[in-house]
Amino acid sequence: MYVAVKGGERAIENAHRLLAHERRGDRSVPELSLAQISEQLGLAVDRVMSEGSLYDRELAALAIKQARGDLIEAIFLVRAFRATLPRFGATEPVDTGEMRVQRRVSSTFKDIPGGQVLGPTFDYTHRLLDPALAEAGDPEAPALASTSDAPMPRVTDILGQDGLIERSPDADPDVPVGDLTRDPLSYPAGRDLRLQNLARGDEGFLLALGYSTQRGYGRNHPFAGEIRFGEVEVEFFAEEIGFAVPLGSLALTECQMVNQFKGSASEPPCFTRGYGLAFGQSERKTMSMALVDRALRARELGEDLIAPAQDEEFVMSHSDNVQATGFVEHLKLPHYVDFQSELGLLRKLRQEFADANAVPVLKEAAE
Amino acid sequence: MSGDTALQEKRRDAMKVLSHVPAAEIETRMAALPVPPHQDLRAPESGLVMVRGRIGGDGAPFNLGEATVSRAAVRLQGGQVGFGYVLGRDGGKARLIALCDALLQSSDHAQAIEKEVVAPLRARMQQERDRSAAEAAATRVDFYTMVRGEG
Repeated sequence: MYVAVKGGERAIENAHRLLAHERRGDRSVPELSLAQISEQLGLAVDRVMSEGSLYDRELAALAIKQARGDLIEAIFLVRAFRATLPRFGATEPVDTGEMRVQRRVSSTFKDIPGGQVLGPTFDYTHRLLDPALAEAGDPEAPALASTSDAPMPRVTDILGQDGLIERSPDADPDVPVGDLTRDPLSYPAGRDLRLQNLARGDEGFLLALGYSTQRGYGRNHPFAGEIRFGEVEVEFFAEEIGFAVPLGSLALTECQMVNQFKGSASEPPCFTRGYGLAFGQSERKTMSMALVDRALRARELGEDLIAPAQDEEFVMSHSDNVQATGFVEHLKLPHYVDFQSELGLLRKLRQEFADANAVPVLKEAAE
Repeated sequence: MSGDTALQEKRRDAMKVLSHVPAAEIETRMAALPVPPHQDLRAPESGLVMVRGRIGGDGAPFNLGEATVSRAAVRLQGGQVGFGYVLGRDGGKARLIALCDALLQSSDHAQAIEKEVVAPLRARMQQERDRSAAEAAATRVDFYTMVRGEG
């Protein structure tokens, strides 16, 4: 009922003014700068870029500040901003094999070419709150060690050399790359669309689904074949220039999950795989994504479809937290007319109930 | 390598270097050089590119998500047209890259741009990459050392 909304104009204006005041907090405390958010809350920025599906650290930091740290609200802001810009085209596919690796670990092989590089990680920390951080102070400078030019092949490439793992699907030049921001989803969806959906999907939702596969709801026996994080060069083929133009570098995280084997009458058994890729350092996200990507391949791999994580329509239509929050949160908007009609119906039903029950009482009284 | 290919590689290399360094540093180095008259062929503008990955890292492409990009095009009086494309929303940086790209195609200016702008910034970029690689290298696990230490 829009009449009621119209009557709330002043209230809304003042509510937004109060929101801005609360966002700022105590004015005697210095205000956050975007650089502070980007530099010191970097993983929040990474999450907003991933799920906002827009790589721009400064915009993500601005969204986090404006959303008072509510990351789903920030993701919503980024998605809305994205719709205001023209798209120049699509980049050349990035080559994660050429990543300038900051972190790279494998849980399947101890000795891999290029080694296990821990990088900046929470792993192996004791998860004890550090009271020293309550005070300002610079940490020690990072340790340095000599580097080598030895290549760091993907672990799946190493397994692939012996044919022990399935090959990645080849591109079909006749089929355009699916884009769910341009065309509405229909099912069954190709793996390209599924990965695009998962890449922008809610981390918590994917984490829970990935976890459910580990607990037996669509088990697929995963090993973290490799997780790598670092900078990848990105290039764009610009028609007017006639060659692929280097645009700069993006920080990406990639997870290669190695899963239980599969063979057939014509193919020897080999490991199968699930894939995760996301903007920034988003390890939990890419691991969850890889588990769910693998689960969603159940039909293709001839597995029984028994669990939520294997149900493409269920997963893909509930993974987007902007859509989900829109529909859940719209419940708090005025539904006065809807509710009035429900109320009218309920009163009528109650009256009918009362009438029906009143009759025997009267009869009894009469007897 | 033909002349065209060599020039193309030179332009790509310059674009790669310039896209990775702060705009202010390009500007400072350009300011020290004589720059011939030029005009905007395409005023700086910001937009998006859809970033693509590959399934499994090496398979068929898929759309990962978008990134902001700025672009500009500049024409020198001599006719050379330069293009600038760079991640982010800094249109001024795209314009600086376009100007360098145009100057690289001019025999009068190519050498100075390479020597005074691109080369020192390439060194700066490399220095940063080396530092970052050295920091990562210090976190490489040496299983043999651990075994000796415990034994």
